[in-house]
Amino acid sequence: MPQPQLNDSDFEPIQYSEYDAEKIVGRSTSFWKDAWRRFRKNKLALIGVVIIILLGIMSFIGSPISGHNYSDNDLINSNQSPSAEHWFGTDNLGRDIFSRTWYGAKISLFIGLMAAFIDLIIGVIWGATAGFFGGKIDEYMMRIADILTAVPYLLVVILLMVIMPKGLWTLIIAMTITGWINMARIVRGQVMQLKSEEYVIASRSLGAKKTRLMFRHLVPNTLGPILVTLTLTIPTAIFTEAFLSYLGLGVPAPLASWGTMSSDALSFLKYEPYQLFFPAFFICLTMLAFNVIGDGMSDALDPKER
Amino acid sequence: MAKYLLKRLGFILLSLFFIVTITFFIMKAAPGGPFASERKLTPAIEQQLNEIYGLDDPLYKQYIDYVISTAQLDFGPSFKYVGQSVNGIIKRSFPYSFILGMEAILLSLSIGVLLGVIAALKHNKFSDYAAMVIAVLGISVPSFIMATILQYIFAIKLQALPVAKFDSFAHTLLPAIALATTPLAFIARLMRSSMLDVLNADYIKTAKSKGLSKRVVTYKHAVRNAIMPVVSYMGPLVVGILTGSFIIEKIFAIPGLGNEFVESVTNRDYTVIMGTTVFFGALLLVSILIVDIIYSLIDPRIKITGKGE
Repeated sequence: MPQPQLNDSDFEPIQYSEYDAEKIVGRSTSFWKDAWRRFRKNKLALIGVVIIILLGIMSFIGSPISGHNYSDNDLINSNQSPSAEHWFGTDNLGRDIFSRTWYGAKISLFIGLMAAFIDLIIGVIWGATAGFFGGKIDEYMMRIADILTAVPYLLVVILLMVIMPKGLWTLIIAMTITGWINMARIVRGQVMQLKSEEYVIASRSLGAKKTRLMFRHLVPNTLGPILVTLTLTIPTAIFTEAFLSYLGLGVPAPLASWGTMSSDALSFLKYEPYQLFFPAFFICLTMLAFNVIGDGMSDALDPKER
Repeated sequence: MAKYLLKRLGFILLSLFFIVTITFFIMKAAPGGPFASERKLTPAIEQQLNEIYGLDDPLYKQYIDYVISTAQLDFGPSFKYVGQSVNGIIKRSFPYSFILGMEAILLSLSIGVLLGVIAALKHNKFSDYAAMVIAVLGISVPSFIMATILQYIFAIKLQALPVAKFDSFAHTLLPAIALATTPLAFIARLMRSSMLDVLNADYIKTAKSKGLSKRVVTYKHAVRNAIMPVVSYMGPLVVGILTGSFIIEKIFAIPGLGNEFVESVTNRDYTVIMGTTVFFGALLLVSILIVDIIYSLIDPRIKITGKGE
């Protein structure tokens, strides 16, 4: 058996100082890197992201590459099944369903993102203020939110759609008028929990202003739950738009949205089921993708919850 | 308890007052009067109609009148259907919605809890994945698409169940399933995660180590405790079933209150819109109160009186 060669130098003490014990060897992982690492492992959520990106791209190029305008009537070629000319077929007015589907994607995604964004702004400011100041201010602000949610969300949206002129922005405003409350509640809960943490007290004792405490220290630390709520708001908004359009209260013609397309297709369901299939399929796919992403994010950002 | 109930009732009344006020002014702000969509009326007739319904009174007087009559549970006459009162419409159509809603609630609770329990017991096994795939699909497929798919498969293609109307138990099946899909999926997920939490709790280990059978541990110890989040989901569940009924009743041509509400919105039948909105609001607030009381009764850890203090 060969003996390992040992020289004298192997028995000399290595360079060592107290300082080295404190040295960080590996690269430090930030919270977001860690979350990304966990998110990346979730195959389903990644597929969801890919689907949303593809839908987003198609919403811009889908209509042009079909060679048909989304609102052009061609009554001779109405109710055509999918073919080489019309990839998803045509509807009862001879409009190209492929083109309309991707135009509808643009509208549905826009409504979803916009509603979520407005909810985010109002919800974060309202919730952070209520949670940060606490006491009477908190009580009144949350009481207002309570009363607003006493009326079901869809009921409010429908009532507002009655009095406002039909249109895209009307829909978004109607959806955000009580939609922000959920976000506000979540931010408030987080801020209340965080505001007694040491780093907030430290910053406060250094003389930080209230707005700085709120938007520099508290809100960034609630980003996890905010992001999760945000991703779950988008499918709700897309659903609400489709729901209202289905009832005939959504975006006005000739604008196409998945909801109006499904609703239009309903009368021809017995003979032309493909007309319903495409918009319905993409509503489900989009909602599925966002739900899966939301689940993945809540797993990644809040590993305790699993 | 009595003090808490009073406080809650006060809050319900306040919310209802708010709902009445908001719907009243929203309806007043709506463009086009209730007679605008009719054939052109002569000014004299329109004048007379306005007088009968008190529409030429100053706004504050109309408002006060409306609040007073609502407090007496009288929602006034329908503008669209001459001779029908809003109360009559609600009385006629609500039973349909009630049956449909109850069926959907029972369905979503029983199947949802069952799926959740199975998924948790077979954690990370095939049944778990299968149950969760069903749940995610259920959340992602909107109720109105579900309704149309069911209609297409079971009524048009297979001709196994009636397409629409609401005359017998067979008629109620498709709409109830469509209405129950989304809440069912939510309950299944809720039940699964709460069940997983409970199964890791110490008292389950204790129960197991005492030598109790798996069945007793599961049903007596785990499910009973894990069901609490589902009970607290009952409030949103009622809301979901109620708003879902708007579209489901329309698709299946059920003469229920949800359909009546949508109809009144398209007809701009203001008194019916206001009446049904207030009725829905009251229904919800009361059912949420009932859910909270049930919650405190079945979970002794929650002291109902200690909430405000």
